[in-house]
Amino acid sequence: MTKEQPTATLAADAAEVVALPLAKAINRAMRDELAADEKTLLIGEDIGALGGVFRVTDGLQAQFGTDRVIDSPLAESGIIGTCIGLAMRGYRPVAEIQFDGFVFPAFNQITTQLAKIHNRTDGAVRVPVTIRIPYGGHIGSIEHHSESPEALFAHTAGLRIITPSSAQDAYWMIRQAIVCPDPVIVLEPKRRYWLKGEVDLGNPAPDAFTAQVLRQGTDVTLAAYGPLVPVALAAAQVAADQGRSVEVIDVRSISPLDDETIAVSAAKTSRLVVAHEAPTFGGFGAEIAARVTERAYHRLVAPVLRVGGFHMPYPPSAQEGRYLPDIDRMLEAVERSFAYQSAGGHR
Amino acid sequence: MSAAQSEVQLASSVPVQLLGVDGALVGHPVFSRYVADLSDEVLLGLYRHMVVERRFDVEATSLQRQGELALWVPASGQEAAQVGTIAALESTDRVFPTYREHAMALYRGISAEQLMATFRAAKHTGWDPGKFNFNWYSIVLASQALHAAGWAMGIKQDVSTGALGEGRTADEVVLACLGDGATSQGDVHESMVFASSYQLPVLYFIQNNHWAISVPLKTQSRAPLAHRAAGYGFEGIRVDGNDVLASYAVAKHMAAQIRAGSGPKLVEAVTYRMGAHTTADDPTKYRTDEEVESWKRRDPVARYRKWLEAEGILDQQFVDQVDAEAAQLAADLRTAVHEMEPVDLERVFDTVYAEPHRQVQVEKAWLKDYEAGFAEDQGVEF
Repeated sequence: MTKEQPTATLAADAAEVVALPLAKAINRAMRDELAADEKTLLIGEDIGALGGVFRVTDGLQAQFGTDRVIDSPLAESGIIGTCIGLAMRGYRPVAEIQFDGFVFPAFNQITTQLAKIHNRTDGAVRVPVTIRIPYGGHIGSIEHHSESPEALFAHTAGLRIITPSSAQDAYWMIRQAIVCPDPVIVLEPKRRYWLKGEVDLGNPAPDAFTAQVLRQGTDVTLAAYGPLVPVALAAAQVAADQGRSVEVIDVRSISPLDDETIAVSAAKTSRLVVAHEAPTFGGFGAEIAARVTERAYHRLVAPVLRVGGFHMPYPPSAQEGRYLPDIDRMLEAVERSFAYQSAGGHR
Repeated sequence: MSAAQSEVQLASSVPVQLLGVDGALVGHPVFSRYVADLSDEVLLGLYRHMVVERRFDVEATSLQRQGELALWVPASGQEAAQVGTIAALESTDRVFPTYREHAMALYRGISAEQLMATFRAAKHTGWDPGKFNFNWYSIVLASQALHAAGWAMGIKQDVSTGALGEGRTADEVVLACLGDGATSQGDVHESMVFASSYQLPVLYFIQNNHWAISVPLKTQSRAPLAHRAAGYGFEGIRVDGNDVLASYAVAKHMAAQIRAGSGPKLVEAVTYRMGAHTTADDPTKYRTDEEVESWKRRDPVARYRKWLEAEGILDQQFVDQVDAEAAQLAADLRTAVHEMEPVDLERVFDTVYAEPHRQVQVEKAWLKDYEAGFAEDQGVEF
């Protein structure tokens, strides 16, 4: 495949709006950060000449050299552990973990070290490491290539976790992650890498650590993130055709969680459905449900309902169509939410 | 064999020794020269640091027994390995310690109070790693080996981009400390792969004290730990870790080569932990009196003192002076521990993240309100 020609200068790009697939938007964001700050480095498996298995780093090593776009040994704990040392010495390393299912050899370095160092040192040491992880299913792959591990990281204080769902968000959230003084895990919805969208290079997306209402509605709130946001928007459209007004929220940030935005919406619509690909049992939807229930209890006419994966290892992808939440599963939950009211809801 | 690969000879399994157990010098064709011209001041300094550390260790152990510390990790018996090695390095060389590097920490100027904050569980770390070029005590074994490799990558990056930070030098060495038990951890393997692949200026320093809590060395390795380096393509060497002169000379030699661009090196200091792993275990349950006695005869402080006295370098006046200094440090330690203020929980909230985090802020505010409620109750009779 031919390499994309590097853009000459950052300044020439200002105020430009470009249509990019989500993966290219991330590529562009990293290129712009590499150009803006020589302390920014990329490190990961196959990210150099190959440009990563999803080509997200395509052309970056050619432009910035092997010292700044580093092909690592095949060792995830090594990638994160060395990123910590680099960050301590003043660098802003951006690590790529090749697939969600391969982050676990680095789980120790992420949870016992990276997350705790700022706190452990009473704020003396900052570790601005960004960890990019392609996550989620629906790509027809083999085991360990389709998982959604966000809840496992959300439980660890000290980490920030964000997940974009559009090219515009992907571009700006990656840039915000890289300049953030805290460790940030960016969960990239791999099945949306090829989803094209407009990126406004001169007009930042909203704060990466906030939720956003993507579609106004009055009857029920549907909160989703990452790969399921387009599904939620499509479900809302179908529901609208059936006479239900669904408000759609892109959660965007897992940690911190912008529970305010979700609770305000749920209080307005009086119903909330949360959707994610990860299993619902012990999943992040439970955290959203609990927090929104505490904040909007008297405004809710139905329990917060969850749509997600089942309590099983991610199935062989030949069966992922039945495992993953889709439009129908979301609509089923919406209808179930309404059924509570007709069964004697109090509002 | 491709040009990128290198074949490294296995180290001798006989540790390098410059000072025999009897306190007499043993000549060595490579290493003797590193100690031949050391001034009396330097030689006495090594003695002083070892004695002070040993006294410090005794005091800390008794403080733990008296309930003043949550835990203590004795380093007695390992003074020569630690003092010899740290004395051979420059103050700009970053140290990534285990949790037993007390002699090194004190050598670098970390105070007794700062060091004890960890063990009184008053703070997770009592010092700013940047101020001493000495990292936090790493409690998850071997995690620091990768941080050391990353720091070393930063040195190379600084040099290649001409962006050395203030107070930094181009020929820094990174000391990655490990124990024999930790060498079984995967992070050590990954660290050595990175260090070798990128030819990083890392000196791996394994203090083989023969016991990982209750598990003997043979459960970790059937080959000398120094031999592992050859598998990664760099040199490893065994040194008598109870010989402060050999520990100094070997570290000086290896560090010099690293500064000249050799890439990583490994030193296995063969030593012995005279006390318990921590104050939470009982070593009589897993090792024999005979074994402990055999290592007492190789005591690093007594051996070195004997040589210094025979050479006429050490006199009673200096011995008394060091003993007084050690006693003072022990007294200061006791005072510091008694007066130590733990970190406020508010401060813990404030340092979870560098920038505000919604959930942390909400919980901090909630705790404040909750506890204020108790304050209002004061004076109310129940």
